[in-house]
Amino acid sequence: MEALMAVVIGIFFAVSVYLMLSKHIIRILLGVTILGNAVNLLIFTAGRIVHAVPPIIGEGNDVPNRITANPLPQALILTAIVISFSFFAFLLVLAFRAYQELGTDDTDEMRIAEPENEPVPPLGY
Amino acid sequence: MIMHAPPLADWLVIAPIVLCIVVGAGLLCVRKTVAVHAAIAIAGLVLLVVLDAALLWHVANDGPVTMTMGRWLPPFGISFTVDLLGAVLALVSGIAALAAGLFGLVDVDDSGKRYGFFPFLFLLMAGVSGSFLTGDIFNLYVWFEVLLIASFGLLVLGSEQGQIDGATKYAFLNLVATTLFLIATAYLYAIFGTLNVADIAEKARAMDDTAPLATLGTLYLLAFGMKAAAFPVNFWLPASYHTPRIVASALFAGMLTKVGVYALVRTLVMLFPSERAELAPVIAVVAVLTMAVGAMGALAQSDIRRLLGYVVISGIGIMLVGVAVAGEGGIAGTVFYMAHSIVVMTALYVAAGMAARAVGAPLSITDLAGLYRSHPMLSALSLMLFLSVAGLPPFSGLWPKIMLVRSAIDAGSSWLGAAILVNGLLTTIAVGRVWVLAYWQPAPTPGMRREKPALAIEPGFWTEYLPLIILTGLSVVFGLFPEAMVSASQQAAVGILDPASYIHSVFPAGAVP
Amino acid sequence: MMRTLIFRTVAPYLTSLMLVFSVFVLLRGHNAPGGGFIGGLIAASAFAIYGIACGVSPVRRALRLHPTTIAGIGLLLGSVAGLISLFDGVPFMTGLWIYPHFFGVEVPLATVMLFDFGVYLVVTGTITAIALVLEEREGE
Repeated sequence: MEALMAVVIGIFFAVSVYLMLSKHIIRILLGVTILGNAVNLLIFTAGRIVHAVPPIIGEGNDVPNRITANPLPQALILTAIVISFSFFAFLLVLAFRAYQELGTDDTDEMRIAEPENEPVPPLGY
Repeated sequence: MIMHAPPLADWLVIAPIVLCIVVGAGLLCVRKTVAVHAAIAIAGLVLLVVLDAALLWHVANDGPVTMTMGRWLPPFGISFTVDLLGAVLALVSGIAALAAGLFGLVDVDDSGKRYGFFPFLFLLMAGVSGSFLTGDIFNLYVWFEVLLIASFGLLVLGSEQGQIDGATKYAFLNLVATTLFLIATAYLYAIFGTLNVADIAEKARAMDDTAPLATLGTLYLLAFGMKAAAFPVNFWLPASYHTPRIVASALFAGMLTKVGVYALVRTLVMLFPSERAELAPVIAVVAVLTMAVGAMGALAQSDIRRLLGYVVISGIGIMLVGVAVAGEGGIAGTVFYMAHSIVVMTALYVAAGMAARAVGAPLSITDLAGLYRSHPMLSALSLMLFLSVAGLPPFSGLWPKIMLVRSAIDAGSSWLGAAILVNGLLTTIAVGRVWVLAYWQPAPTPGMRREKPALAIEPGFWTEYLPLIILTGLSVVFGLFPEAMVSASQQAAVGILDPASYIHSVFPAGAVP
Repeated sequence: MMRTLIFRTVAPYLTSLMLVFSVFVLLRGHNAPGGGFIGGLIAASAFAIYGIACGVSPVRRALRLHPTTIAGIGLLLGSVAGLISLFDGVPFMTGLWIYPHFFGVEVPLATVMLFDFGVYLVVTGTITAIALVLEEREGE
């Protein structure tokens, strides 16, 4: 199971890196989102995959009486999902604004903050 | 389950964070009533400084302090552990935030306040304080995201074309950096089965198998190097730091990169010392290249704000020397330099903002002239800051550089010390040129001088100069009376290199096996 | 803004149904799937749907408070939920329970629940704010 998950995660990483190498913001955005999902799967696999029951301690017990699933990776993934979701929402607005304000979604043409052919700074006093 | 009540003093551990969140949330609730923002925000920032100072006092007297959330026993609950390193940096960044907040009163207009400048400032400070005070790796990741989202908000304050452009690059590259951090944390969890810093420190020292740890160390170096803007992954910083309002630039330049260096010290030096030793040649080369890129970039710029962005990068290179050399002197030098850099970089951007207010944008050294004649006070303070950032006496930049150079020579890598000195020379030339051309050089002819633009708010002397005087004064105090800061950073370095007291504060009865 | 008659007729009912459902999901969340985050998302999508159907300004009028103010209140609630522990002498964010009786029925109330309300409001506020900004731009 871990091997299969590793292959899936690898595919996710490959796809996201390929998308992030693009010049277009919207593809980079999709790449970043897939990267986030790849990491979530990675955390899930890092918590070990076992045949187990949900981590709920039965009534009258102090400890679970069988091997339970590890709840911590799921809590971590939930946090990571929330964060990556809010970032996705923000970046979507930002990319949209950039497209409206700058008239392009090509990062090579976004040169407002760093214009090309700037004058050389003074070389003497 | 923790059965005893935590002493009231331990609440200081989370007090700065809770204060920032509560004040930020309160300000969000009264977002439209701009008139009350200033009073609430400044009161909140002053209280933040007081709480940070009390926390530092507590930690300096009683050693590292821990509070674990929700009555869980560590390592199962999320621990906040504060040692001297975190407490010193939290206090210094609190002071820098107070100065930036005071400057924000005059620099940010009503529309910026309505947009939420002060709530974002407090959210940013919650993220920064949280990063310095937490004792849990995943929690550190969460605080990184908090400060990142607050910095996005501050970046696009004003929504100009250049800001959107800069923010796009900043946002995507920083998001990739924090995702790398998360990847590294996933591997860390797979290897150790715990996320508590003290627990990991104990287990990493007992682990013989260093191959997975070397992977972890490398990943953390890459992720935090990117956050700190170290050389091959520094491109987001010069692309974005000059675009937002100057007060936002001041906050970013003061704190964000330093949080990256702090995380690097915390993980590489404290958690994985033997892996850091293996990576030391790489870190040393990165440090030198970062210094070179920073200094040369500063020399190549004529816009003052972009020039300052490169000065931030060259400072990161200097701090990385300490991480590369390690040892008590090296880490202490890095800690002191971080405190110095938080103060001075914030101050430099504030000074640039005041120059911009005096003459009107753009801030190019080819256009500016004669500031000394029209604004002697600003020019004097700026000169002090320029000397400080170049590492000349009697200001705060001198002592950490001496510590770093000496520890580099002691460790047998004199070339690192030489690199710091050459970098100091180049930085002196770059900032000296700014001062000579923009401040000292008389304006060509009276007719050529631009008319001073009419300002919306015409502040009094103290309102205008107080933030700059606080920060410059701090730099002078650090420079003239360095003993307290040197001994504090040396103690912090000892606590990082030998985390026994840190671990003891989390696990008073010995670690859980 | 979509001008199809069917959608515009259905949208108010759909919105109110989704809001009720979001509160249901929020309250259910303590021991069953659900909770503040998912409830907040449902509420935000309800407002987004209303905005798509009837325009953004009716949504802003109906909300009365600005979405970020709602988020601020939520953040405040969450912090207060953690700070209650201070007065009980337990570490920050400890879950504390009280069991008051209303009309003879025992109702368990907890700081955890208060925190969940905070999360619900934060998520509703921020996501609604973002969605409304996007829809406003669309309409121009």
